[in-house]
Amino acid sequence: MTWQGWAEIALTLSLAVAIGWPLGVFLSRVWNGEKTFLAPVMRPVETLFYKACGVDPTKSQSWHAYAVALLAFNLVGFVLVYAVLRLQGVLPLNPQGFSGLSGHLAFNTAFSFVTNTNWQSYAGEATMSTLSQMLVLTVQNFVSAATGATVAAALARAFVANRGEGVGNFWADLIRTTLYLLLPLAFVVAVVLVALGLPQTLAAGVTAHTLEGAEQKISLYAVASQEAIKMLGINGGGIFNANSAHPFENPTPLTNLITAVSINTLGWAAFFAFGRMVLAKKDVRALIIAAFVLLFAGAAGVYATETQAPPAQVAAKVDTSVNMEGKEVRFGAPATAAWVAMTTGASNGSVNGMHSSLMPLGGGIAMFLMQLGEILPGGIGSGVAIMVVMALLSVFVAGLMVGRTPEYLGKKVEAREIQFSILAVVIIPLSMLGFSGIAAVLPEALKGLMHSGPHGLSEILYAYVSGTANNGSAFAGLTANAPWWNVTLGIAMALGRFLPIVAVLAIAGSLVAKPKLAPTAGTLPTDGGLFIGLLIGVILILGGLQFFPAMALGPIVEHFQALGAVAALR
Amino acid sequence: MLSQLRPALVSMGLFTALLGLAYPLAVTGVAQAAFPAQANGSLIRDAGGRIIGSALIGQAFAKPEYFHGRPSAAGNGYDAAASSGSNMGPLNDKLIDREKTDAAALRAENPGVVIPADAVTTSASGLDPDISPANARFQAPRVAKARGAPAAEVEALIEAQVQQPLLGFIGQPRINVLALNRALDARFPIIPVRKAASAG
Repeated sequence: MTWQGWAEIALTLSLAVAIGWPLGVFLSRVWNGEKTFLAPVMRPVETLFYKACGVDPTKSQSWHAYAVALLAFNLVGFVLVYAVLRLQGVLPLNPQGFSGLSGHLAFNTAFSFVTNTNWQSYAGEATMSTLSQMLVLTVQNFVSAATGATVAAALARAFVANRGEGVGNFWADLIRTTLYLLLPLAFVVAVVLVALGLPQTLAAGVTAHTLEGAEQKISLYAVASQEAIKMLGINGGGIFNANSAHPFENPTPLTNLITAVSINTLGWAAFFAFGRMVLAKKDVRALIIAAFVLLFAGAAGVYATETQAPPAQVAAKVDTSVNMEGKEVRFGAPATAAWVAMTTGASNGSVNGMHSSLMPLGGGIAMFLMQLGEILPGGIGSGVAIMVVMALLSVFVAGLMVGRTPEYLGKKVEAREIQFSILAVVIIPLSMLGFSGIAAVLPEALKGLMHSGPHGLSEILYAYVSGTANNGSAFAGLTANAPWWNVTLGIAMALGRFLPIVAVLAIAGSLVAKPKLAPTAGTLPTDGGLFIGLLIGVILILGGLQFFPAMALGPIVEHFQALGAVAALR
Repeated sequence: MLSQLRPALVSMGLFTALLGLAYPLAVTGVAQAAFPAQANGSLIRDAGGRIIGSALIGQAFAKPEYFHGRPSAAGNGYDAAASSGSNMGPLNDKLIDREKTDAAALRAENPGVVIPADAVTTSASGLDPDISPANARFQAPRVAKARGAPAAEVEALIEAQVQQPLLGFIGQPRINVLALNRALDARFPIIPVRKAASAG
């Protein structure tokens, strides 16, 4: 480990927070329906959307109507993606000449992109036509991100209201977040990325004649336009199989910095926006500090594991200072470690190094950060929403200790909020561990594994953790393009996405009707160090403890095997 | 649910037109107009205009007179239509055997020098265009010998190709293998053993 490495990690992680602040200020204005500097361009488009859809953006919906609208929109998205992928072979803009996807792969991919997961059971450059990449996958990269953002907007309004009714208008939140934040930002970032080397062409590729006289087919796509929203929307599904390790997605340390910061910055922006809307900047600052501490610890942990002596390099008697298997030379250990934490702490799932080839505890940290529920800082809005759920559980635990009805941000937290909070967080381990348990004994599932033993279990566990948490990264030794994996992972992604969303909206619906209370002497302060400590404790216990037995059999035992192997070789 | 179906269908249609067509096509238009070289894959052409490769994409080198890139798990090696890492876990037997075999060959070539890790490990993409400066220096004696070139001059070529981290700490020092080999060809040309001229 070097000071340069630590400096790079610290810069990358904190730059995302720093840029997230002004973006969050802007986002709160967008959610509040205020006029922004983009109005001259976007206001007519926005009005067109409302007119064509027949919705009144000023009409606030009950949580129930809001949830129904959200689910209806996502259902339509699912059907559209599924249909286009199945029919890819007969649709235009298919210079690659790819045929349609199988039913189970299209099912998996449709849920994957609608749920903002972007798990990919396929290799992009061998499966997806230019049309599919643009028309359905890029579109879902935008709107699935905006869908997550609407949840935070609705929850914020619930905390603001004093005996209110509605939580806002889903269509207005969806359309405004997309038009004012995601689209302009993605356009700017996409053009910058092209300037820095990312291809952006409708051609399928070229054939090069190499210096040694061989032929090399080079796949090309409209890469930059999808790459920008893939990172900003916290989606993570790459054009190419190697994702952000591919030199066409991420050619230089500078593109790596820009795209890594893009993974987290809008997640943080949603935290800031939430704080501004609720007029609770200090309380949200506490949430941000708790999340950042955990995220930095994750990055530091991966940097530490990846600079341990790797067994294979010890056996080969080569330099052992960095585990270079599955890493790119231009990134090395620090940039890869920062990325591992940022992509798994947010629900992104892109990779700039192969997670399966990380040292055992490095891969374990990646899994652990996802198991915490994608709140570091998570997806745009979906992250802060689940973080608020964690805060509700924290004040509830504190309230139990002192025997008072807990409050958070001026709202009493009672049985209904806690029931739905538990529902939001319990589905995650249930799906992750439940599916993993079944897959671990099912021959049909085990056929897809590349490794046996602890690393094989990690492949299974990682897949369901990643799917349920809507992350999308993988221990990619797993061959997931088979009916069992595609179908069960599709279900896991849908469960992990929509049940927590509905639960959070139900909490919003319950909170919105309550009176807004002024803090009293008996109110637990939720902006100080004590609360940050309590919150981190709740997050670690909820995320860590219930997964410990499974993790012990996967990455933890593999870690001790690796230590043993290195000791025996030396 | 039904009352929400119209906005769901209509907005998805509008989003598809705006985000799925207008947005990528607009970016493509700007990119092709302002940055055509990058937008088309940073392609490198020889004097005759034939595409040699991409400045960003590694290509396979096996001859002793060229610097070699890293081992590659993309297709049969540096297949730029099938990017992939090995995805092998740290205790995978095949990984350990592969690194041992590769290291043994390198050790025979340049005994007594520590073998850089990137010389025996596969990259994440299988298309890594770079090697570490240490890896290039390790290969310098072999290349100099195969070309009949003075070792000092080959090493000078290497040092001229080192790309340092941005601001000293962002990214890693690295050398683009294709660029280094092109510089090598320019400085110490090898008489190409051409196949039949009609091959193209």
